Amino acid sequence: MTAVFNLEHAPTWPERLKDAAWIAFVALLLGIPMIGLVTVDEGGKLVLQTRWPLLAVFVALSFAGRLLLAYLGDLWKRRRRTAETALPGVRAARGWTGVLGWAMIGLAAALPLAFGDNRYVIDTLTTVLIYVMLGWGLNVVVGLAGLLDLGYVAFYAVGAYTYALLATHFGWGFWEALPVAGAAAALFGILLGWPTLRLRGDYLAIVTLGFGEIIRLVLVNWTDLTGGPNGIASIPRPSFFGLPFKPPTDDGPATFAQFFGLEYSPHHRLIFLYYLILVLALLTNLFVLRLRKLPIGRAWEAMREDEIACKALGINVTNVKLSAFALGAMLGGLAGVFFAARQGFISPESFVFTESAIILAIVVLGGMGSQFGVVLAALVLVLLPELGRNFAEYRMLLFGAAMILIMIWKPGGLLAHRAPTLRAPVAAKETA
Amino acid sequence: MTAVAQNILSVERLSMRFGGLTAIDDLSLVAPAGAITSIIGPNGAGKTTLFNCITGFYKPTQGSLRLAHPVRGEMRLETLAAHCVARDAQVVRTFQNIRLFPKMTVLENLVVAQHNTLQAASGFALAGLFRAPGYRRAEIAAIEKAMHWLQRLGLAGFADAAAGDLPYGTQRRVEIARALCANPVLLCLDEPAAGLNPRESAELNALLRHLAGDEGIAVLLIEHDMSVVMNISDHVVVLNYGRKIAEGTPGEIQNDPEVIRAYLGEACEEEAGAEAGA
Repeated sequence: MTAVFNLEHAPTWPERLKDAAWIAFVALLLGIPMIGLVTVDEGGKLVLQTRWPLLAVFVALSFAGRLLLAYLGDLWKRRRRTAETALPGVRAARGWTGVLGWAMIGLAAALPLAFGDNRYVIDTLTTVLIYVMLGWGLNVVVGLAGLLDLGYVAFYAVGAYTYALLATHFGWGFWEALPVAGAAAALFGILLGWPTLRLRGDYLAIVTLGFGEIIRLVLVNWTDLTGGPNGIASIPRPSFFGLPFKPPTDDGPATFAQFFGLEYSPHHRLIFLYYLILVLALLTNLFVLRLRKLPIGRAWEAMREDEIACKALGINVTNVKLSAFALGAMLGGLAGVFFAARQGFISPESFVFTESAIILAIVVLGGMGSQFGVVLAALVLVLLPELGRNFAEYRMLLFGAAMILIMIWKPGGLLAHRAPTLRAPVAAKETA
Repeated sequence: MTAVAQNILSVERLSMRFGGLTAIDDLSLVAPAGAITSIIGPNGAGKTTLFNCITGFYKPTQGSLRLAHPVRGEMRLETLAAHCVARDAQVVRTFQNIRLFPKMTVLENLVVAQHNTLQAASGFALAGLFRAPGYRRAEIAAIEKAMHWLQRLGLAGFADAAAGDLPYGTQRRVEIARALCANPVLLCLDEPAAGLNPRESAELNALLRHLAGDEGIAVLLIEHDMSVVMNISDHVVVLNYGRKIAEGTPGEIQNDPEVIRAYLGEACEEEAGAEAGA
């Protein structure tokens, strides 16, 4: 059916040649000063030499390259279109992202085997996965429900501090604290959602920004509870079903290494944390993907598209908004618990506005509502500054340039495609 | 006609003021059950404002809106919020400037209209998360209902297309199909024939007659296209400057001097007088 609506004109060969000739002409113009002319130092004075053969090769390569690229591009488009028309109603929505998604999960699961003794790689990838999880959580609020939230880090903080306080004051373990912290973050989500129900777009963004700052300032100033700027230290690390990751002691309880008869290595805990966040992130993904195909998920998207139409169809927009805020906040809170357990120390420093901005950037760059895009964007946004470490002060410049380039080429995000949540039965369509 | 025996909607002494502007002034009218009631009038007569009052988008300054719901009995629409008017009173509307969910497919648009039924079936997302069989059945039923209305309106082929990509006339029909999926007892259509070609317009006429006659859905229609209004209406109400200037069958309205004056202006007063005398 879709084929009817993108009846694009397929370019003919003269058109392709014309296009390639134009590119070659541009290459020629650029190439004359850059390749065609060269200055050579000849006995103390500069002499201008020409390199016309080289320029000719360059222009010819541009011509051929453009022709080939355009041809391959058309071929790919046509193949995709015929695939779509040949199989209407088939679940083509999963398509290549589905295959690639599984490949990436496999790769992520296998990585510690290859880099198990490289602390830096495992640590960085754990950070990437935290951002992936946060991105997937924020995707509910921003991507699906269309509510611009600039204070998402507040829920991350609520989750982290809930676990830290429960663990240090009441001796709660990671797994017991996880649901409680998630619920606490969801409660804060509703608390933020309630007064902002009537706000949209920019106004909502400003209020959520303020909310994020309020939470941070409370954390800084409520010294009795949160330790103020000193934060909370010695938060217990998660254990492997009760087996701690510690150097073995003779009298203490059995450790992970002892139980499995391994030689103790500090890397065990790192690898365990990596797998833990991988599982948490994948559960988040499954949760959000399923929600999207449920009435609540469709109501979020419908609300993003047109709130007034939702009301006219009997949808209680208040409930829909609050559920988006609550579930998004809950996922942020769960990520916060993991963050506190991984670091062992948290302070308000970790929950500044920049974090909110990065998470939002991940969602927007990835393509709003696209789960796979979030992974790509998290990889780009976390790895780019890491790779840029060698460039020292140019690092943020590189980061900014990459963002601008993506916004120019892919204004809808890296993956802006929206897969429908339902497909019509083929038989019902044909009887029309 | 049996339909005249009961009125599904009774508007009594309704006023809607925005600051100093009176959009609706002491308006009373009725819409008979199982019939098509058209509301006509020049631009700015208060037709859409009346729709907004009926569907809960505006709170009227004064007056009452009583709906005789076939199951729930009498309901006071002016006390309900917009989503309750659609959900509980089952008064569903379309918009003058089409309001579809443009990035969602046509089928999704129609399934969203069945949100409340499906949301309950999904156990407020809990049963749905685990793909409980009860929810799967409800979802299939929702899709079947959507496809039924799409086929009725000749739109089944567009089911998987993004609603925003469709031509204007098709979008209008999708919006009507979506409203029908929300189980209306009173369907309020704001200029449904605008942008439709003559063939589509004739099909719409047939559909509306079918809805009112066979399905028992009362239709309230705002329309400028007189070929639609005069052909299919059982009852016509004419508004001008927020007041009702005439009410009756299409035949009565066509010969009403007040209506002719409102549409053609005061300059015709002598002719209108002569016509009335003749």
